Amino acid sequence: MRSSQELKKLNMNIPNQNDVAVKCTGLRKTFGEGAAAVRALRGIDLEVRPGELMMLVGPSGCGKTTLISIIAGILDQSDGECVVFGHDFRRMSQSEKTRYRGESIGFVFQAYNLIPTLTAAENVSVPLLVRGENRRKANDRSREVLQQVGFNERMMLSLPTQLSGGQQQRVAIARALVHNPKLIVCDEPTSALDHETGQSVMDLLRSVALQGSRALIVVTHDARIFGFGDRIAKLDDGHVERIVNSAAELNGNRK
Amino acid sequence: MNFVALKMLVGDRAKYLGIVMGLTFASLLLTQQSGIFVGLMSRTFGFLTDTSLPDIWVMDEKVQYVDDVKPLQDTELYRVRGVEGVEWAVPLYKGLLRARLDNGNFQSCNVIGLDDATLIGGPPIMAQGTLSDLRRSDGVIVDEVGANDKLAKVLPDGRRVPLQIGDTLELNDHRAVVVGICRVTRSFQSQPSVYTTYSRATIFAPRERKLLSFILAKAKPGENLQAVCERIHKTTGLAAYTRDQFVKLTLDYFMKYTGIPINFGMSVVLGFIIGTAIAGQTFYNFTLDNLRYFGTLKAMGAGNGKLLRMIILQALTVGAIGYGLGVGAACMFGAAAANSELAFRLPWQVLALTAGAVLLICVGSSLLSIWKVIRLEPAIVFRS
Repeated sequence: MRSSQELKKLNMNIPNQNDVAVKCTGLRKTFGEGAAAVRALRGIDLEVRPGELMMLVGPSGCGKTTLISIIAGILDQSDGECVVFGHDFRRMSQSEKTRYRGESIGFVFQAYNLIPTLTAAENVSVPLLVRGENRRKANDRSREVLQQVGFNERMMLSLPTQLSGGQQQRVAIARALVHNPKLIVCDEPTSALDHETGQSVMDLLRSVALQGSRALIVVTHDARIFGFGDRIAKLDDGHVERIVNSAAELNGNRK
Repeated sequence: MNFVALKMLVGDRAKYLGIVMGLTFASLLLTQQSGIFVGLMSRTFGFLTDTSLPDIWVMDEKVQYVDDVKPLQDTELYRVRGVEGVEWAVPLYKGLLRARLDNGNFQSCNVIGLDDATLIGGPPIMAQGTLSDLRRSDGVIVDEVGANDKLAKVLPDGRRVPLQIGDTLELNDHRAVVVGICRVTRSFQSQPSVYTTYSRATIFAPRERKLLSFILAKAKPGENLQAVCERIHKTTGLAAYTRDQFVKLTLDYFMKYTGIPINFGMSVVLGFIIGTAIAGQTFYNFTLDNLRYFGTLKAMGAGNGKLLRMIILQALTVGAIGYGLGVGAACMFGAAAANSELAFRLPWQVLALTAGAVLLICVGSSLLSIWKVIRLEPAIVFRS
């Protein structure tokens, strides 16, 4: 089993890795076997650059969630290659993948997935506790990040049920940021929010999360937030149909 | 992560209380039923532990337990006294005799006749009077519980007055005068114990050719007890047991030939099954409810080992609380039942056994949860 230091070294040895954050080549994923097999991804080619916010859009069942699950290392592809900051998950053991996720990937979920019995601050400190950091340090860091997303002391001590949907998503964003990951994957981050709150969450993601070489992949079918993406990849039936630079381009082509 | 595990556990109040209640109930039932079983079994040999002075009990070879008296000839006493290594040997009468009470009712009593000269084999504690008062004419010593309850005098208005020193009763049509009140371990059949001298007991007892129930012997200092027992057996043909051996013989008889262990065993097993069912199911449901969060932790980099430790910590926490509450409740039950007919004893072995059973329930309950979490695909987090 490789240590995190070795993983970092391995990472550094790969040339030009900073030019590409995520590179998927001929990525395929099939669920089930035989006649019941469902081909969710049918050969995806996609590149996400460091410092870029990539939107993955498309109708339900087109393979968006399957694709980010593979990119985030929580699902294995059936075929093809997916390299994330120089790491090919197929060459890593399960425990190495788990450790890599804990160190380098942040998650924002559609249903927030905040642990309901923990306060906002405690929820945000969870990724640090998973990495083995002590509670006091984790708590200090989580408060720092919560302040960045606009939380005051009182809100930090609130349980998720005492917060609005937008506030809960802010906590989820803070949780994704707290351990300074290289990649953040967001699954439908605004689908449970009204338009205004959705816009402010996306503003926050762009302003706070998208810093340095960190890459963001946002899966959505909410056309109102397409404009926040640097590039938009439209998926359909397990393929990348096209990649455009703006929502206008996507809408224009549609017409 | 221990902090997260514990907050997840106690945060869901309803389930947390459900699991704790299940384990408390199981723990209470296991401790209480085992305690009553041990208490009841202890009463079968209480007479032996109360009679502390002799090292060796000599009896007919066919005797199976302490109340299974098969009388010996009086001459056997002298043969035992003649065995090498025996310092002294005294006779003991033990039998069930009918006592006629003041109101004309009859009550079976456990009559014990002690060696007239030494009074060896007497009760361990005298509440009123002294053992030597047995030397007074027609004197008997009655146990306190019997004196207050089954042998109590019933007044014309129905009130019961405990038997006191100076009161009389009839034993098999013979007058007996209470000269003392003693404290003894309650007998298995809960009959009152009546102590008197050996010679007087043989007068009270119905006419039989042989009346000597047991010979109580003491080995000379430095003698090996087992060797002396074997020597007595070889010389006299009688069975000779150390007190511990006789206790075991008695216990084995009750375990083998009565339905008590099965009945109590069933209660204990039932408590275990119900506890496992309630606690196990609630704990499993708790894990199922939290599966999304375990999946989230898994996605965020918590390995199976970490999640497993969280579940074990949760199971052990509810186990320890449930065990403490259950054993505490059983102790309160025991304290409330003290000085009553209910037999209840709580040796450390019962507590250890209950702890083991609760641990087993926790392990069983958490295994299902662990299995579910280990097989959990972290990709579940992206399913809304």
